[in-house]
Amino acid sequence: MALLEVKNLKKSFGKTEVLKGISFSLQKGEVLAIIGSSGSGKTTLLRCLNFLEAHDSGEILLSGKAISHGGNESLTDEQLRNNRLHFGLVFQNFNLFPQYNVLENVTLAPSLLKRGSDEEIKQTALELINKVGLEEKINSYPCELSGGQQQRVAIARALALHPDILCFDEPTSALDPELTGEVLKVIKGLKSEDSTMIVVTHEMEFAKNVADKVIFMADGVIAEMGTPEEVFDNPQNEKTKAFLQKSLESF
Amino acid sequence: MIFATVTKELLIGFLDNCQIFALTLLMAIPLGLIITFGSMSKFKPLAFITKVFVWIIRGTPLMLQLFVVFYVPGLVFGIPMRNRMAAALIAFVINYACYFSEIYRGGIEGISKGQFEAGQVLGLSKSQIFFKIVLLQVIKRIVPPMSNEIITLVKDTSLARVIAVAEILMAAEEFAVKGIIWPLFYTGVFFLLFNGILTLLFGYIEKKLNYFRS
Repeated sequence: MALLEVKNLKKSFGKTEVLKGISFSLQKGEVLAIIGSSGSGKTTLLRCLNFLEAHDSGEILLSGKAISHGGNESLTDEQLRNNRLHFGLVFQNFNLFPQYNVLENVTLAPSLLKRGSDEEIKQTALELINKVGLEEKINSYPCELSGGQQQRVAIARALALHPDILCFDEPTSALDPELTGEVLKVIKGLKSEDSTMIVVTHEMEFAKNVADKVIFMADGVIAEMGTPEEVFDNPQNEKTKAFLQKSLESF
Repeated sequence: MIFATVTKELLIGFLDNCQIFALTLLMAIPLGLIITFGSMSKFKPLAFITKVFVWIIRGTPLMLQLFVVFYVPGLVFGIPMRNRMAAALIAFVINYACYFSEIYRGGIEGISKGQFEAGQVLGLSKSQIFFKIVLLQVIKRIVPPMSNEIITLVKDTSLARVIAVAEILMAAEEFAVKGIIWPLFYTGVFFLLFNGILTLLFGYIEKKLNYFRS
């Protein structure tokens, strides 16, 4: 059974229909890359999955169990919070908590949600910080870190709650080019640990090399979906072809 | 000898100013937060009523509000306000809570949406997000405007004179009517010293919060 199944998800902002019926599924341990031009609905899709936006209709199923059918409006705060915990989200601009140091950023949510003793939570956090290679920075504050380091902390913070699916919203778009590598490396490392991930990205090479499955979105629909080989090497849709041509164009 | 007497009398008066100052802060700081939540409420009628209230309080003189609180209960309801200090406090607390609420609102609205969302995706509740993530960032932002307002409050306490609270200016006037004018100017020293201490305190708080940037 698929870990995540999305059925006919729709979302409008006012009169603009941003998602016009999105359906896909994801197996445990798979990495899904979502590509497409700005305004195609990629980020909105991710935000709907994380219940930051209420979708208008459609279903989201986790391991076959519907956690939301047709809009969040009817969900209680408690249900919303529980649903959100299935997903982790790494933001484009990190959104670390500025008043907390690296360690506190990672331990804050687990301790507030009482996910174990203080000692256990700290241990897990230290392991995660180690994993993203920032063990020397545990006492630093976000303003003392580079963008790449901040994003790696954000990844550790999201992992601390052990989400079923970790989502990335253009995780390297706000970074200087020389810093994207360290973040992509961490994400690649997670793949080897069988994490299930959804990555919205503009890094075509990364999508091609790391993803098991690629979705190309255009104007609120999935224009093309398949393995990286299918989508990148043999695109069927005209829009995909045009987009890839533009993205891969060398200067 | 007269200098000592004047200083003592003024000090007794200034205790009233200090009392108004301290109690107003103590009550207006939390009340302001409640007013902020009202004006930011998604329940439109509540937000509207709160905003009209803030408009009235900020739009009329504090001196007038002191008169209203002190005289209106007696004139309209036949229950005269006997405690002048209590009347002054009611007017001051309401007035300052409204000013504070606007400062808080600016502070909260200035926090990036991403901070709230980062808390949401971590499964935190609204109150956890507010108290554990947003509040300290808001405090850092509002220290400068709050310092301004609080320093103004120190000086405004002497407005309680208009409903005959025996504060420092009233004490000085008692000397003035006897032909001794200088105590009136001497009162300025009390305010200057008090505000000097406050300025140092706010500087210290600002420095303390300098360890992070939001």
